[in-house]
Amino acid sequence: MNVYDFIFYLFAAITVLSAFFVVTNRNIVYSAFFLLFTFFGVAGIYVLLGADFVAIVQLIVYVGGILILLLFGVMLTNKITNVEIKTGTINIYPAVIGVGLLSGALLAALITSTWKTFPTEAPLPTTAALGTMLLQEYALVFELLGIILLIALIGAASIARREA
Amino acid sequence: MIEVGLNHFLVVSTLLFSMGIYAIVTRKNAIMVLMGVELILNSANINFIAFTRFGNFGLQGHLIALFVIVLAAAEAAIALAIVLNIYKTLSTVNIDEVDSLKD
Repeated sequence: MNVYDFIFYLFAAITVLSAFFVVTNRNIVYSAFFLLFTFFGVAGIYVLLGADFVAIVQLIVYVGGILILLLFGVMLTNKITNVEIKTGTINIYPAVIGVGLLSGALLAALITSTWKTFPTEAPLPTTAALGTMLLQEYALVFELLGIILLIALIGAASIARREA
Repeated sequence: MIEVGLNHFLVVSTLLFSMGIYAIVTRKNAIMVLMGVELILNSANINFIAFTRFGNFGLQGHLIALFVIVLAAAEAAIALAIVLNIYKTLSTVNIDEVDSLKD
């Protein structure tokens, strides 16, 4: 068992265990903080897969942006004076059975199938190549994403500030 | 223990996907449902990046992962604005109690 495998199992354990706590914890603030560890673990897995730029974007956008946004949502939609911010659950048993069947089927399918893999080389830096692709072949998608972000910004502000 | 390969990463992403579905199905709070959606998007991204690493596709998988992250940010902002509006109107964010289309 070499160092790469050890680090993979470490990050996989962090990711899966904290995701498990996210979905089972009854306190929504704890769930949000466990989501932080899940995102960190996923960023580590990206690094192990040679995706350095995507890992950094994951840290900046998910941990620095989306998670803070979710925490704001938690704080703005609960009575802060209530220390215990609980959240109820419904349909536990059907959900456990259904999700168990779904994940079992998926795991069986992907373990029994033989993927055509290519030998992996040592990962190269991807930032320059990604930048070139974004501004040449994928320039239209890049501009569209910019417009979508602008629309989302204006739309979110106008929805949230609408006077009732 | 066998050497870490494509299957290991796919197993991690499958587990994340299942737990995201579980959060969406069982939690009452709308923000917990959003967290489940984020888990599912992350699991899809792991698949894209893993297949980029072990396949021979160039870097398209990384680009799609970046697009997914951008769309996730936009989606989270819009969804939280809607949740705040629901809270202002109905004083609750439990999605099983939000069942009226018009007051």
